[in-house]
Amino acid sequence: MTLNAVPQSMHFDAPLALQSGASMAGYDLAYETYGRLNADRSNAVLVCHALNASHHVAGVYEGQPGSEGWWDTMIGPGKPLDTERFFVIGVNNLGSCFGSTGPMHANPATGRPWGADFPVVTVEDWVDAQARLLDALGIASLAAVMGGSLGGMQALSWTLQYPRRVRHAAVIASAPNLTAENIAFNEVARRAIVTDPDFHGGHFYRHGVVPKRGLRIARMIGHITYLSDDVMNEKFGRQLRDGIDLRYTTQDIEFQIESYLRYQGDKFSEYFDANTYLLITRALDYFDPARAHGGSLAKALATATADFLLVSFTTDWRFPPARSREIAKALLDNRRRVSYAEIDAPHGHDAFLLEDARYLAVVRAYFDRIAAEFSA
Amino acid sequence: MSDRPLMQTIARMVPPGSRVLDLGCGDGALLHLLQRERGCSGYGVEIADANVLACVRRGVDVIQLNLEEGLAMFDDDSFDVVLQIDTLQHLRNAETMLRETARVGKVGIVAFPNFAHWPNRLAVARGRMPVTKRLPYQWYDTPNIRVGTYKDFEVLATRNRLSLLDAFGMQEGREVRLLPNLRAGTAVFRFERG
Repeated sequence: MTLNAVPQSMHFDAPLALQSGASMAGYDLAYETYGRLNADRSNAVLVCHALNASHHVAGVYEGQPGSEGWWDTMIGPGKPLDTERFFVIGVNNLGSCFGSTGPMHANPATGRPWGADFPVVTVEDWVDAQARLLDALGIASLAAVMGGSLGGMQALSWTLQYPRRVRHAAVIASAPNLTAENIAFNEVARRAIVTDPDFHGGHFYRHGVVPKRGLRIARMIGHITYLSDDVMNEKFGRQLRDGIDLRYTTQDIEFQIESYLRYQGDKFSEYFDANTYLLITRALDYFDPARAHGGSLAKALATATADFLLVSFTTDWRFPPARSREIAKALLDNRRRVSYAEIDAPHGHDAFLLEDARYLAVVRAYFDRIAAEFSA
Repeated sequence: MSDRPLMQTIARMVPPGSRVLDLGCGDGALLHLLQRERGCSGYGVEIADANVLACVRRGVDVIQLNLEEGLAMFDDDSFDVVLQIDTLQHLRNAETMLRETARVGKVGIVAFPNFAHWPNRLAVARGRMPVTKRLPYQWYDTPNIRVGTYKDFEVLATRNRLSLLDAFGMQEGREVRLLPNLRAGTAVFRFERG
């Protein structure tokens, strides 16, 4: 059965106070919902998105083949997060380029696109904005909040910012903060973008150009870190693109992997906004709930009351299992209920988006448990 | 763990309301029983995917972890009871895990196949490694890499300054307190740090 997705948008007039001290007045959030909210409003699940994703988590847009949501393997009728039982909400974050208010929209103060002046937003700000959407939808408490990678950070943050509104949190392929290496990758990506001659200090919209070169490189770096060495070798190895001979050039594409990365980079630069990329990678860098607690994640998680499902993937070197175990330990220290699955998958960080039977079965079993707690 | 009488016996050794860590919890049946019938809380630790899934299905909280990597995730004295039921014999670092069990739990409960059970002795006396219901594997493909005896465990426990609170054998679903090293297929120990 195909799930039809219908994009929606909600406008918020009340200003949103941001962590930076700035305030966001009058903004829109793009979202989609799937399934039905039950009578006592107890079956809502919020799905938080990862870096280059959006509110379109599942289903297809009518008449648009190939428009499956980014987590369509996970969410839909009969799927692990079953939309026959749960009311699923996908929401697009503030600062995104996929419908919510972002840097390409007009700054009310100037009437011109925000560009680089768009306020720096954090994971916590996103969660605050999402909470307002739930208020507007009349949802006091979530059966679960779920997310992978950056989405997992949002899910974790939900349990700290609004502990009484979250009964379960599924935090997948995520981490309690970024390591220096991760921040380094983000910084290289950002430098690629801001040093692109077409960036114009973030105000490229008014010049009618896009810093595509920078975006391409940013995406290439990101893409490398999302895959595992094994999968890259299996897919591309040392295969040459043109026949079997070396061509002794340093400028042209010779290896298949180069061709693939350039293709991914080109595609990305066609649809992603440069300022959004800067904002999102910064939000990733900043996220660190332990920071306000002297570096103790256990102390940070003391306010959480949700039950947790944590999942990591053995070949994920961006958010390796050890990072999920840190969260698990902090939850154990607080005597919270937590289950942790460490999936031996070959695909690296991207595994959380893919169809892995063991992974999907664990999530399904966990959501079965959640469903048993409410009446349909 | 498929041995129901052993499971019931172990469950009776766990005080009601205990916070339990079950090392090598399998499909979570024992923890489920402890939660349901004795009001216990806690976690299982398991490495096998199918078992982790079975635990989640049961509503038993499980941490997927290789015990050979140690119990760094668990603080000293953070559990009332730590169980190692039919787990010890599969571990390369069995002694370390025993110490870890005593560190993490106020009380440890260990059960494993007793190699000195008389049918095993008979098999060895006849010149062959035993293949029984309790030790059903051939010597060359057994996951039981640490076969020890009831008596051996007493020595190991003393060596590691554990004080035994209770020790007995299990055979055919019954507790064996007379000559357990000879008469029981399973050795059961309850201990604390000495």
